Amino acid sequence: MSVSRFQYERWTPAGLRTVWTAAVVLAALAAAPIVLPATAVEKLTTLWIYVLLAVVWNLLAGFAGLVSVGQQAFFGLSAYLTLRLVEWGLNPWLALVGAAFIAGAIAIPISFYALKLKGGEFAIATWVIAEVVRICVMFDPLVQGDTGNSLIALNAYAPDLRREVTYWLGLAAMAGFLVLTFRVLRSKIGSAAQAVRDDEEAALSVGVSVMQTKRIIFVLAAFGTALAGSIWLASAITFLPRTNFGVQWTVFMLFMVLVGGLRTFEGPILGALIFFVLQETFSSYGVWYLFGLGFIAILFALALPDGLWGLIRRKRGGDLLPMGTLLKQQASGQDA
Amino acid sequence: MLEVKNIEARHGLLQAVRGVSFSVRKGEVLGVIGANGAGKTTLFRAITGVHPDMTGSVTLNGQDISTLRPARRVAAGLAMVPEGRRLFPDMSVRENLQVAGEHGRRGDWTLATVLDALPALKPILKSLAGNLSGGQRQAVAIGRALMTNPNVVIMDEVSLGLSPIAIEGLYESLGQLKASGKTGIVVVEQDLRRATAFSDRIICLLEGAITLEGASGELSHDDITSAYFGLKAESHEGSAAHA
Amino acid sequence: MLDAIIQGVLLGGYYAILAAGLSLMLGVTRFLNLAHGDLAVLAAYLVIYLVATWHLPIVWAIVLMLPVMGLLGWALQAFLFARTMKGGFLLPLLTTFGLGAVIQNGIYGVFSSDVKSLGNFIGNLAWASWKLPFHISVGKLPVYIFVAAVVVLVSLQLLLSFTKLGRAMRATTIDEEAAELSGIDARRIQRATVAIAMVLAVLAGAALAMRSLVNPYTGPTQLIFAFEAVVIGGIGSLWGTLAGGIVLGIAQSLGAKISPQLFQLFGHIVFLAVLWWRLKGAGSLGLANFLRSLKGGRA
Repeated sequence: MSVSRFQYERWTPAGLRTVWTAAVVLAALAAAPIVLPATAVEKLTTLWIYVLLAVVWNLLAGFAGLVSVGQQAFFGLSAYLTLRLVEWGLNPWLALVGAAFIAGAIAIPISFYALKLKGGEFAIATWVIAEVVRICVMFDPLVQGDTGNSLIALNAYAPDLRREVTYWLGLAAMAGFLVLTFRVLRSKIGSAAQAVRDDEEAALSVGVSVMQTKRIIFVLAAFGTALAGSIWLASAITFLPRTNFGVQWTVFMLFMVLVGGLRTFEGPILGALIFFVLQETFSSYGVWYLFGLGFIAILFALALPDGLWGLIRRKRGGDLLPMGTLLKQQASGQDA
Repeated sequence: MLEVKNIEARHGLLQAVRGVSFSVRKGEVLGVIGANGAGKTTLFRAITGVHPDMTGSVTLNGQDISTLRPARRVAAGLAMVPEGRRLFPDMSVRENLQVAGEHGRRGDWTLATVLDALPALKPILKSLAGNLSGGQRQAVAIGRALMTNPNVVIMDEVSLGLSPIAIEGLYESLGQLKASGKTGIVVVEQDLRRATAFSDRIICLLEGAITLEGASGELSHDDITSAYFGLKAESHEGSAAHA
Repeated sequence: MLDAIIQGVLLGGYYAILAAGLSLMLGVTRFLNLAHGDLAVLAAYLVIYLVATWHLPIVWAIVLMLPVMGLLGWALQAFLFARTMKGGFLLPLLTTFGLGAVIQNGIYGVFSSDVKSLGNFIGNLAWASWKLPFHISVGKLPVYIFVAAVVVLVSLQLLLSFTKLGRAMRATTIDEEAAELSGIDARRIQRATVAIAMVLAVLAGAALAMRSLVNPYTGPTQLIFAFEAVVIGGIGSLWGTLAGGIVLGIAQSLGAKISPQLFQLFGHIVFLAVLWWRLKGAGSLGLANFLRSLKGGRA
């Protein structure tokens, strides 16, 4: 009688190849500003921001089921806090990063309220909270109402240096969050989050600490969004409350994640790339571009609800990066 | 009248119904028995169109209704008193009946005739369905199905949760329906004695498949219990001798 | 302060019309239409267009738009909303945001970003008011809109309570499957509901354009207010949308009395507070449920 043994495999050959490729690409990108022209560096920084936003929103809404329509709260908050910290005399680069941490920390008390809500109420409540944050921020005379302000302190640095440091910050933030998200999803927290997303009661019954899991993901996502907001400020210099706190950021995140492919790791990256290309190519058309974007969103919702990576995945028969655990069965050497 | 062929239905990843076929003639009562989890409710949810993941064919009076939406099947003459009754608790008894009458088929069953058949409903017409007792709710549920003037009506676990007196009253009303001979009735029951007493024919379900089928008068107690529990009958010759 | 409260109550009338459509859709189709505000604004722009460019009397323009938007609503449910329901919660979100973007930018593209208003076309109604004791003046237009809101809600109540369609709508809201088993074609009922919601959106849009200015991007803000009114009054309750709208209107007006920026903020805070209060142990009680329990029956 043969005894089967099972071996746990957390990596596939394709997965390992992908990781090595990604590491090489990352190294190349880090060296890139030396060769690329200024506009390219700026544009790529924007791409890092999009990828970061998409990955983080996918973690929140796709994997943990927390569909927040208010992430712009942290996007704008981080930018505002940067301006405030600089006003108090802090070095702008430190302020950018510090503000993101503070914004992430502010997410903790918010989570005690928001995470008690579900579904549509959670979605709208997060949107309302973002609006509340915006209005409160606008009380600060530093923001000058609708006029906003600028991170002039950055002008103290040479434009090339400013551009490059922003680029590296963006690249580091994006890469860092890609790695972090990957680790989290494959960890206990990741499977706990997915269990909670699918059936909260069942998850509770097998001992998953539901609130703890949700909180960790919520705060992580807030921090990631906040980082993106900081880098956006560093890149754009200007801070306009209605723009930085606008709900269109959530709409972009939603677009990227759904067009790319919800609940996959590769999907949001693909979606961000697509969004970036669309923005670069068509945004000069102004209103009609946004019109078209909305139209594309509707088309995808109707025709390709799994997103592009969902389509690719079906053709390929799997993902590039393994998200789960494979059980490989091996018969022992005993039987004849 | 109602012909069901090779129904297969899945519940998530579980194959809940496997290759079930049967038929119900006009005026006939078919009893369906089986333990909890045997697939009875999934089978009838599939037949009425509420359960989407199904293959097989359902024919009513020669019309193929296998792919129709539930409301269309009701329009074709198939009604169900669902498990758990599923009344509209915020609506009055009268409204619960009215809604079915307005959207079902026209026929002999009207509010007046349904109230005659189920007189317990007369005093509670204005009450909200959510405030009723179990027996009253069951009566409303049956009345609601009748208001659609079905050719075949499926009663899924109608005695569930009712007191013995309520069940008696219930089967009395059902007896009148049976006596009229115009409707095919399918009775899904946990109470084996009632099922065999009331039905003309019995089918028994176990793990999604039919394990026994026959006229209720001809089946022995042993036949039924072994089919119900999935026990292999020791000797058929032995049980036939006892019959 | 008293006149702020009165203004708030009257503002609640406008919110009730907008919120009622949202609430009906939410109940019968279980679909949260985030583009509802944009659709109301679209209707407003079309009414203004008919009045300003084709010189139609306002009432005619509104009456003409009712079936047009109703038909649009029917089509949206049939070809768009219903198809996205199987995608869980996120697909409807993407769809309605996409629809909103299409509407907002379409309006901008066709009509430009100028703010528009029906205020120029209603004569002195835009500013006429009655003088009450204690130096309070009450605008005539807000009162008319409030009265219209009550008429609309009464009509909806009659529809729901006494008509075949209304009963079917209620049954579908309570239990869609059981409704189907009773012979109700839920899909048809849902299409009709969205058509009704769009008719309400026309009235709300016209009211908004008369009271104040509209621009192509006003939609989402109005949607938030409508949702806040629905939640404060209790999801699933028709008269709750009026109660919720009134509470919201009062909160906003009191805020505005102190400072213009507090208009929205006070409303948001009341909304978040009501949500919190409900979670803390009031169960799923909203204002309307509370009123309902006082009356001892269903509204």
